[in-house]
Parts: sequence; C-alpha cells; structure tokens
Amino acid sequence: MFTELNSILNTSPDSYTRGEFILVSDRQSDASFLIHHFLSFYLRARCKVCFLGLAQSFCHYSAVSQRLAKEKGQLVFFEGLKECLSVLTPKENNVESEAMNFLRDPPVGLRSLYEFVRSSVIGSDNMEEGAEQWGPSVLLVDDLSVLLSLGVDVGAVLDFSHYCRALVCSQVQGNMVMLVRCNGEEDDDDDGDIGSDVLLKGLTHQCNLNLHVQGLPTGYCKDIHGQMEVCWKRRQGDAPHMQKNLFQYKVYDKGASFFARGTSSAVL
Amino acid sequence: MAAPVNSVCKTSADRLQVNCTSFQKKTRSKLISIPGTRPSVQNGQLLVSTGVTSLDYLLGGGLAVGTVLLIEEDRFDSYSRMILKYFLAEGVVCRHELFVATAQDNPDEILQVGDETLSSSNVIKNYNSYPCALQSALASSSRFGHYYDVSKTMEVEIRQAAKCHRFYLPDHITPSSAAHRVESYSALLKSLQEVIHREGFDLSKSRNILRVGLHSLGSALWGDDLCCHDKPRHSHALTTFLYGLRALLRSSLSVAVVTLPSHLIQDRALMGNITRLCDNAIALESFKGSERETNPLYKDYHGLLYVRQVPHLNCLARQLPDHKDLAFKLKRKQFTIERLHLPPDLSETVSRVSRGEPVGVASACGSSASGTKNLDF
Repeated sequence: MFTELNSILNTSPDSYTRGEFILVSDRQSDASFLIHHFLSFYLRARCKVCFLGLAQSFCHYSAVSQRLAKEKGQLVFFEGLKECLSVLTPKENNVESEAMNFLRDPPVGLRSLYEFVRSSVIGSDNMEEGAEQWGPSVLLVDDLSVLLSLGVDVGAVLDFSHYCRALVCSQVQGNMVMLVRCNGEEDDDDDGDIGSDVLLKGLTHQCNLNLHVQGLPTGYCKDIHGQMEVCWKRRQGDAPHMQKNLFQYKVYDKGASFFARGTSSAVL
Repeated sequence: MAAPVNSVCKTSADRLQVNCTSFQKKTRSKLISIPGTRPSVQNGQLLVSTGVTSLDYLLGGGLAVGTVLLIEEDRFDSYSRMILKYFLAEGVVCRHELFVATAQDNPDEILQVGDETLSSSNVIKNYNSYPCALQSALASSSRFGHYYDVSKTMEVEIRQAAKCHRFYLPDHITPSSAAHRVESYSALLKSLQEVIHREGFDLSKSRNILRVGLHSLGSALWGDDLCCHDKPRHSHALTTFLYGLRALLRSSLSVAVVTLPSHLIQDRALMGNITRLCDNAIALESFKGSERETNPLYKDYHGLLYVRQVPHLNCLARQLPDHKDLAFKLKRKQFTIERLHLPPDLSETVSRVSRGEPVGVASACGSSASGTKNLDF
C-alpha cells in the first residue's frame, strides 16, 4: 500500500467510498504496481477480495505483498495461468476448468468467468457458523488486456465488465478495480490496436476513477519512471464534474513514491 | 494440473503449501543448488546464464528460471540464431536438459554449438591429481557463464552427454486444412508439457533445469499467417501459445528462449501484445546488407540491440538498463554488447561526410551529389 497514493486519492483503509469502479490503465507503460497497491489496501480494509490474476502466477503477488491473506477466507484467488493449461492441453481424465473455456472457443464469451465471479461474491454470504464477517466484496482484475490477447472479442470483455460492475458496485455495494493496457500511440491513424483502444474508451466512460499511467513525454529517465493522471468523475447535482491531476512516480522494490511534476528527488 | 471451478475458491493458505513452484522467493534455508544457476542479488530469484555474459548483465544478472526471453530476429536470422546456440551450449556445459523446437531446419543443426573455451581470466590455478579434463569439466559446470569459440563446434561426446528433446514440426503434423486454431502450436505445447511432466521438471522428481529453445515462432512455416497478412486470420494463436508457455514455465524449473521474425509482422500492436506475454524481450538489428555496414560510424559493431522489456519478478521495481543505445559485435570468442560509442569528429571532412546518409541530389547544373555538398557560399 502506497501511503502517498492514499493521500492523493483521499482514502484510507478505514474510510473509502463504496460502490466505485476504479480503472487503472496504461499506455506503453506498466501500471501493474497499482494493482498491488489496491490489493493490499482492500485486504487491510478487511474487505472480501476476489482477485482474477490472469497475468501472473500466485507466487508473484504473494511475494510482493507479504501480508497476503493471512486471514482465512478473505481472498479468493483465481490463477488464470494454472487454469488455462487444463483447457489448452486437455487430458482424458482431467476435468476442464470451466471458467477458462473461452480459450477453447473464443466466441463463447466470458460467461463462465462471470459465473465464477458471481459465485465467489454472492456465494460468500451463505457462510458457515463462526466464520468471520468481512467487509464489502471487492473485485480486482489483472489484467483485462490479456483476455483480448487470448482471442476474446472486445464486446464480450465490455459486457463482462458491465455485468461485474452491476453485480459488485450496484448489487453488493462493493468496489471494483480493473487494469487495462494499451499499446499504440493515442492518435494513431492506422487501425493497429483498435481493440484495446475501444476497450479503454468504453471502460473510461463507465468508471468513477481513472488512473492512467504513461511514460514521460520527454523520454526515458531512470529516476522518474513515468507520469500518472488521476481523473475523478463525480456527480454534483445535475452536472457531472470531472477533475484531473497529474503526478510523476518512481517505483521502488516494495513501494512507489508520487510527486508533483518537477519535484522529483533527482531534480531537487 | 486442472482444477474444477469450485476448488479455486480454496483459501490461499492451503495453496501456498501445495503450490511450491520455482517461482518463489527463496529463503536462505531452502536454496536449491543446481549447477549452472545462482540466486539473484536483487530479489533472490534463481538465475541461469544465457551463454552471453554481457546479455546476462543487461538482464539483471541472468535469465530467471520460469521466464521467457523473446529475441526479435535480425533480418537474416544470423545473430539471433547465434544467441540461441549460445543458450543451448550453456545448457550442455552446465548439464541442463535441452528442448529444441524448429519448423525450418532440423534441430540437430541448431545444436551444432560453439566449443567451450576457458578464457584467460578463468584459468584454474590449482590442479591436483585428478585428470585435467575432469577437473575443468567439474569447474566449468559450477561456473556461471562461459566463453564459446564459435569457429569450432563442440565435440560430439560432450554434446551427446546432454539430454536433448527435439520437436521438428514436419515430423509431428501433416499440413491439413485450416482449423480455427493453428495446430502446430497446440502440438508444441502438448509435447513440451509431456516432456516436463515425464522428466519431472515440475518439481516432482528432477532437480535440473530444462532449457527450451523455440526457433522462429510466428513464421509461416509454423502454419501461422502472422507474417503473411495484414489482418491475420489466427491472430491469437501465437499469443495463446505464449500464455500457455508462461503457465508451463512458471510451474516448472525451466527457462525458454523464443526467437521471432518480428520484421515480417506488420502490426505493431500485435508485437506489443506478444512482448507483454514474454518476460524479457530484446530486438536485434544487424548492419548486414544495409548501408550502415559501410558507414564509418558503425565500423566496430555488427548491429544494434534494443531492450524492449525487462520484467519485475516478485517485486515492484524493474532492473532497467542504464543506457538505451546498445550495439553488439560478434568476435570469434565473444559476443559483446556495449554502449554505442561514436568516434569523435576529428577533421572537417569527416563531419561533412558522416552527417546523415548520402542522398542523391539532382542539382540544376547536373553535377554529382558529392560535388554539390562542397558548394557552400
């Protein structure tokens, strides 16, 4: 958990807004360090977390945040890498993992994955006696662009995020954090990367808070790893109100520091 | 390896004991000591050498076990093939097992690797009564990173001492009509999983590293049309394969080097997706055949090297390279990667000639291009 990011976003594990959809996006950069922040944030806030870890193995996440899920039942982890092998290299006596059956047949869509999310978010309410009471459910996805690489249609991914948002944010009043990664330049004329740009635009429209990570516009720097744009969408009265802030960041071994533009410790 | 859906809801605490993969931060008490590997000084990850010591330095000490190195091939596939051979030769010397998959040449041709030499700085000073060959063999397998003489080939006995699994695509499938998925990648993935499971690299019995070398993935010979069309029909076949490869590697003691003819792929966004699904990625651009070969600026080097991606494994920070302008040169005994040093501009004529590529200028009076350059009034 990055304390500077908490103060930027005006949240803390004790007080945070519920029912929010936070979109973490990046363009030609890597914003996955923010996912680690949100993972430890919501675990410390004693929420019940459902984590779809599609990009990396479980050991990676647990090595970064050593306090991962020390309480029983707080974290439901879906390891995409592990489940995909049962579909990609099927054996006769092994049961296929249903949640990843879009690998076998991409047009099927992400319905099974959504069913998994639903069962872990809703199904947790019918718990046995004596189990701990956790806070609201939180869904974390790392990352959605992997689904596009695996052949799923952009429309199916947008549908999936919409269903999850309806379930998590509206129905159970929890929070949702998703990571989307883009490749090309923003105003590229050729239709190289239409898929992830469309996905990013669609999700930016749906979200409440967007953290967009990019490289520095002036080039490569070893001390400043990039810039992060924080964009809130709030409704005050009838008019939607949008507020944008720009920060630069540097990622350390176990954390990250954020500062205003031009105030990096390498400069001052 | 499969798990029904309801079992993924088990708590992570149960998983942590069961799921002991190599991709785990090593505590001091249970360091696996496999010859040819060493723990990283930054994050304790188990590293193997790629065979090229300067490439090891660029990647942060070596290639982490459980990861993929993607090499974007140069135009004639000369230097990327050389790095693949270095990688396999290092595996032979360290007594690792090899898995080579090709679609174009027979795997045995790729296995004609350079002969290992002792560089002068690594000569063993103390010999006792053991025969010299055994002593040097023992010493070399425990060292990290060796030097290879590419003008000679490794002796057949040494090479055959290493266990090598081959996957030659024409032996495995016959070209069939187009299915909705490219069959060659699934066959390769199945074969690799079989080898890993049979030899026990998934931590069931073996305590050795499997080095996987995949040559020219994505080329048309694998049945993929990524390199042929602007809008490939099976654009997700290769990325799905790389995802499955990552899944296999993360759960076993193996490391993979994949070469890819990226100069044939038109879609830059697709290259970005492919790069993201691999952990390390470098690109080679050789000067052979281009006008840079005769450019005096580049006379010391054979090509440029770009580091496209470095991973962050088990921690948040990446080991970013210091400089982005790197060039490589291949000598008989060493493949060196260093920062591109431009020679200093010493005389006036040198600065005039070397400014930009020579362009053909059609002047009004019809004189040659070099003549017009000297007209400065």
